[in-house]
Amino acid sequence: MRRYSVFAIAREAMRYHQGWERAWRSPDPKAEYEVIVVGAGGHGLATAYYLAKNHGVKNVAVLEKGWLGGGNTGRNTTIIRSNYLQDPSVAIFEKARSLYEDLSQQLNFNIMFSPRGVLMLAQTEHELRAYRRAEHANRLQGIETEMVSTARVKELCPILETGGPRYPVLGGLWQARGGTARHDAVAWGYARAASDLGVDIIQQCEVTGIDTAGGRVRGVQTSRGAIRCKKLAIVVAGHSGVLAEMAGFRLPVESVALQALVSEPIKPVIDVVVMANTVHGYMSQSDKGELVIGGGADGFNNYTQRGSFQHIEETVSALVETFPIISRLKMLRQWGGIVDMTGDRSPIIGRTPVEGIFVNCGWGTGGFKAIPGSGWGMAATVAKGEPDALSGPFGLERFAEGRMIDESVAAAVAH
Amino acid sequence: MLILTCPCCGVTGEETEFHPGGEAHLKRFGPGSEDGEFTAYLFDRKNPRGVHFERWRHAFGCGKWFHAARCTATLEVFGTYSARVSAPPEEILAMIRARRPGWEASA
Repeated sequence: MRRYSVFAIAREAMRYHQGWERAWRSPDPKAEYEVIVVGAGGHGLATAYYLAKNHGVKNVAVLEKGWLGGGNTGRNTTIIRSNYLQDPSVAIFEKARSLYEDLSQQLNFNIMFSPRGVLMLAQTEHELRAYRRAEHANRLQGIETEMVSTARVKELCPILETGGPRYPVLGGLWQARGGTARHDAVAWGYARAASDLGVDIIQQCEVTGIDTAGGRVRGVQTSRGAIRCKKLAIVVAGHSGVLAEMAGFRLPVESVALQALVSEPIKPVIDVVVMANTVHGYMSQSDKGELVIGGGADGFNNYTQRGSFQHIEETVSALVETFPIISRLKMLRQWGGIVDMTGDRSPIIGRTPVEGIFVNCGWGTGGFKAIPGSGWGMAATVAKGEPDALSGPFGLERFAEGRMIDESVAAAVAH
Repeated sequence: MLILTCPCCGVTGEETEFHPGGEAHLKRFGPGSEDGEFTAYLFDRKNPRGVHFERWRHAFGCGKWFHAARCTATLEVFGTYSARVSAPPEEILAMIRARRPGWEASA
């Protein structure tokens, strides 16, 4: 892999940019791999990358039915934060956030990490108390978050209407080190770096069946033929239930549609990420000037990657109430992704009832921020064949054991 | 947008009039059952990509619960039926087979 650098740009400028090579190889699948990762989204690619980099497992294939990063990785609102409530969540989300800080250097790919700060508005007494609790918890966990006053909220985001009338802003939970990153670049960066380490990324290759024998995984059937493997990592977000069905077990997840939208581009008006969970909308501004907007998920099972219109209306009306300045903006695009929700709103990482099959799913509405930490923990779990410190608490067995990692109380809504 | 017909009051409305209630026809395992069965009853879900049976409530209407047979891959509604049955009735299964030849109900 030729490194990207200022010198590379200068060199290519001298020869009409003819020398740029493809960012990753597109090999034909081999007959057998040590590890097959299903799903070339952020989590799958990060898993493959850390398998090769941290654990020296390089005989790895990443299979993708569509195109790389075309699922939820390319459909989220790119928010990165780690101010969760429970210790295991904070550990993995903070690992991810700290990895994001120098990920561009690590991957030699500009992921445009922008630690612009994430502001979560407290608009009810209940929310105020919940965020104070989170602030205290975060202090014990070593996460830098702070409760800020309404005046400070106005200072951080002048276009915010703090006076109500329905839900006046009573304060906010501010994580200065949170922010955003370019979502596609995260997938592309991991793909390029993983491919360089020898990982085969195979797109347009849909897994149609999982072969098992004697309770062990033997390989997968795909649209490009059968491929054998010693270990199989299922990292497919919304379609986790479908893959689990192929392998003969069930997961405690349900797939629902979550939508996002962007406005027409305007001059810079907001340089932080604002989440208003009571009225249910969140917003940040992209480098192109578009306002990136997210809201609530649907309540019923759905695989269509399109959601219900009333949620768009709900989100937009909530944001117009919070940011009156945007009331006359046109919305450019709207799309949906299929998210896999668990009961406790925490992910599942770990072994499954089938020997050699590992699952990484259940990130629900908040997976993008976790990509590096998720890949890190999943890679360790797959390489060692057993849970590690980071991913251990998120095992599938926690449901049977009643050991929930309850983040639904901390976030109540999208997170 | 989903359009459902409430089998209790006969009103056809769009989804904001109804409230989704999750997977239908779960077999309840209570005290005295195996741990595995109880866990599966509480947490594990079919979550199929395709034909799905669900519970819905006519929240902003007659307020009653009912069942719906729906396709999660296309959002097509095959039919709705009474909540007072523990398995989809034959006419609903016939409607599904008419639209999805070769479909078989999973256990």
